[in-house]
Amino acid sequence: MSETGYNFAYLDEQTKRMIRRAILKAVAIPGYQVPFAGREMPLPYGWGTGGIQVTAAVIGADDTLKVIDQGADDTTNAVSIRRFFQKTAGVDTTTETAAASLIQTRHRIPEEPLTEAQILVYQVPIPEPLRWMEARESETRKMHALTEYGVMHVRLYEDIAHLGRIVKSYDYPVRVNGRYIMAPSPIPKFDNPKMDHMPALQLFGAGREKRIYAVPPYTSVVSLDFEDHPFEVQTWSDGCALCGATDSYLDEVVIDDKGGRMMVCSDTDYCEKRRAAGHLGPMSAPYAETEAAR
Amino acid sequence: MYVAVKGGEKAIDNAHALLAEERRGDPAVPELSIAQIKEQMTLAVDRVMSEGSLYDADLAALALKQARGDAVEAIFLLRAYRTTLPRFAASLPVDTAKMTINRRISATFKDLPGGQVLGPTFDYTHRLLDFSLMADAAEAPRAAAAPADDAAMPRVVDILNHEGLIEADSAPADAEPGDLTREPLTFPAGRDLRLQNLARGDEGFVLALAYSSQRGFGNNHPFAGEIRLGGVEVEIVPEELGFPIVIGEAELTECHMITQFTGSKTQPPQFTRGYGLTFGRNERKAMAMAIVDRSLRAGEFDEERRFPAQDEEFVLGHSDNVEASGFLQHLKLPHYVDFQGELVNVRALRAEAETVR
Amino acid sequence: MNVLAASFAPGLDPDPPLLAVRGLAKHYGTTLGCRDVAFDLWPGEVLGIVGESGSGKTTLLNCLSAQIEADAGEILYRCRDGEEVDFRTLPEARKRALLRGEWGLVHQNPRDGLRLRVSAGANIGERLMAQGARHYGGIRGEATGWLTRVEIDAARTDDLPLHFSGGMQQRLQIARTLVTQPRLVFMDEPTGGLDVSVQARLLDLIRGLVDEVGASCIVVTHDLAVARLLAHRLMVMKAGCVVEQGLTDQVLDDPHHPYTQLLVSSVLQV
Repeated sequence: MSETGYNFAYLDEQTKRMIRRAILKAVAIPGYQVPFAGREMPLPYGWGTGGIQVTAAVIGADDTLKVIDQGADDTTNAVSIRRFFQKTAGVDTTTETAAASLIQTRHRIPEEPLTEAQILVYQVPIPEPLRWMEARESETRKMHALTEYGVMHVRLYEDIAHLGRIVKSYDYPVRVNGRYIMAPSPIPKFDNPKMDHMPALQLFGAGREKRIYAVPPYTSVVSLDFEDHPFEVQTWSDGCALCGATDSYLDEVVIDDKGGRMMVCSDTDYCEKRRAAGHLGPMSAPYAETEAAR
Repeated sequence: MYVAVKGGEKAIDNAHALLAEERRGDPAVPELSIAQIKEQMTLAVDRVMSEGSLYDADLAALALKQARGDAVEAIFLLRAYRTTLPRFAASLPVDTAKMTINRRISATFKDLPGGQVLGPTFDYTHRLLDFSLMADAAEAPRAAAAPADDAAMPRVVDILNHEGLIEADSAPADAEPGDLTREPLTFPAGRDLRLQNLARGDEGFVLALAYSSQRGFGNNHPFAGEIRLGGVEVEIVPEELGFPIVIGEAELTECHMITQFTGSKTQPPQFTRGYGLTFGRNERKAMAMAIVDRSLRAGEFDEERRFPAQDEEFVLGHSDNVEASGFLQHLKLPHYVDFQGELVNVRALRAEAETVR
Repeated sequence: MNVLAASFAPGLDPDPPLLAVRGLAKHYGTTLGCRDVAFDLWPGEVLGIVGESGSGKTTLLNCLSAQIEADAGEILYRCRDGEEVDFRTLPEARKRALLRGEWGLVHQNPRDGLRLRVSAGANIGERLMAQGARHYGGIRGEATGWLTRVEIDAARTDDLPLHFSGGMQQRLQIARTLVTQPRLVFMDEPTGGLDVSVQARLLDLIRGLVDEVGASCIVVTHDLAVARLLAHRLMVMKAGCVVEQGLTDQVLDDPHHPYTQLLVSSVLQV
């Protein structure tokens, strides 16, 4: 069902080979940003062109693809990217985390633990974690090469000095395999611990900045912190209003113009699974009723 | 709702249908043809070819039609198409000294071999709206054909070169240029990659940088040595033949800016070059590019690098409008996961501030 | 190292020199920066390099502190762990590691040596964090301690140095440099841009702190009064060459080289 005129998964085989070489190098040097000759994609830069190129380079005809944006399968950009691969590669797609062999994500890691049989592909806008403190590529590459990372802690120090806590809440820098400092892409810091020793292969693609990096399975990923100000993740006082989950990342939905809010799981697949299994939140009708109403 | 829980697919379909309808506009008005755009919107087509880096007027016209006249969107369409094309060959360097000239002016010499050729230019039009264009003209305007002039038109820089007054071309003739579209750009970039980047760079951005350096945010007092516009032959050497064959003609605009260099302990004073080249007709871009090229060479001449137009990482990193437009507009994508993180933060900080009070 | 140590017998320290420089040269194109520079620096010693502008003293300091690359010569340094290295041939990573730990550099203009847009505390803490310090409270404690030592009110710990006076910025830069207890400190006209009234107090402070930390120090200055106050030993440079060196009092009170005599006589009593 692949659309005529384009190769399987859009990219030509030579380009795929070039990207695979970059991926192999990235896996061999965990957390190191490998420059690659990113191609112009038929989607705009900043909208997942890096993730799409990585996915296109590793996807095979028998893969099952899941695409999420903000944790949800049905956000417009996730839909658009999923359709792109349906069209150009004709692969099966799914919204179920466990059923996917390949997951492309923007801004979240699924709540359900991933397995060795899966690959997680992140879309990355700014791959350089040192960019906050040093704008120049020629300098940041040197800092990585020489492990000159003192300046990262300067930034965290400043947060504590001025605000009493580390305020970085997403794209929270990590140290991979005890060597490279890496930007985890703008996932909430809530997701950082999931990266550590994850059984799945994690690949990161930055299309506009033309960098690929990786965290191989079972690799240590440590969030930067101070001994007396340890890394901590977001918490909420109540669970998900729909499924009652207290262990998931919650989104805030505004429900009226009088300050009314409800908190719901950002991972829509996770929330749905829980409801199907009979878990209820304070604002949820029983699952069978909502399904019947469809 | 733009992110309904199950509405994404339908919303996208509807948006595409609306877009197609709006592109067409009032069906009572005849549809624009690609030929019309190609023939009558030539400068827009030329810009899209240059920054889209694909010399194909039909496809550029198609891109402009599809993009409803939005040049940056059309450039993006052409780039995304171009990147999938196989490469059969690389052309030999084109020889602009042998250009069939449509226009050729020099601001540095009153007269020169081959003479000044004004050619088709807006320069001396009074910018008065021509209301006669509101109606369809009965007859197409015609210009008197100039007598064929076979006089040689050497390039001004070559004339200066005979006296040693201007620096020699910096790249050795046998140096293999890099390819921005096939290798990642790393810094410091060579002049080959810089010129490629500027040629593909956004016209507005390059223009503004050149302007900034003219106004003192840079150290550049250029003379327009020569601007020439016309056709050149494009040659390739097929492997099986082993000698060059002409595969077609391309229309180009070329600009040499000449800037004085006061000399250093190791070099005598001489003139230095800035180079600009575009597909089709685009003097403004070619001139701006030549000024920015020279600005970026500050390091070669031990000039102090203080301003944006002299900063390679700044200029090359931000010149591409396909990259810039995409990244800027990605802010339209949902960011509510990250925003939620910030909400949690700000609420906690505010609560702390309350207790202190 | 006997050969290196033989050129002077200062009687300050029986240890081998911390730094031994031999045949150092730097040219800019065809112009001479400095050449044939050779000297030893002993632990705890302050060496002044004096000369008028253009004499090559700043070129020499920049070569020694890896700000520019010398053309020839050796910069032999004895590391904390006892290893002898030629700094010029070290890989970049080792050079930078030395520069952010065992060595320190105080720029003439404090703005070149500070991060103006992060707090004074973080400026001092940066070198500690670069060496692996990860206890916020500990780092902050060191920072406020050092601010007090350089006579800046500890209440300014979280303020940006951008808003500090020139004298305060210079003192902050000194604290930022000395916090890691460097063994070798380079100073380029440390009181250069400051009011005379501020200079004297700063010189006292530098002398006290360098002594306290036990660092060896190389100070470039055109000001013989500064040299007399800070340096144990002096090296006089002219047109890129060292024309005279010796104990500070000897050089200033009994100059041998005609150029040194001219230099000394041209300033009022110091």
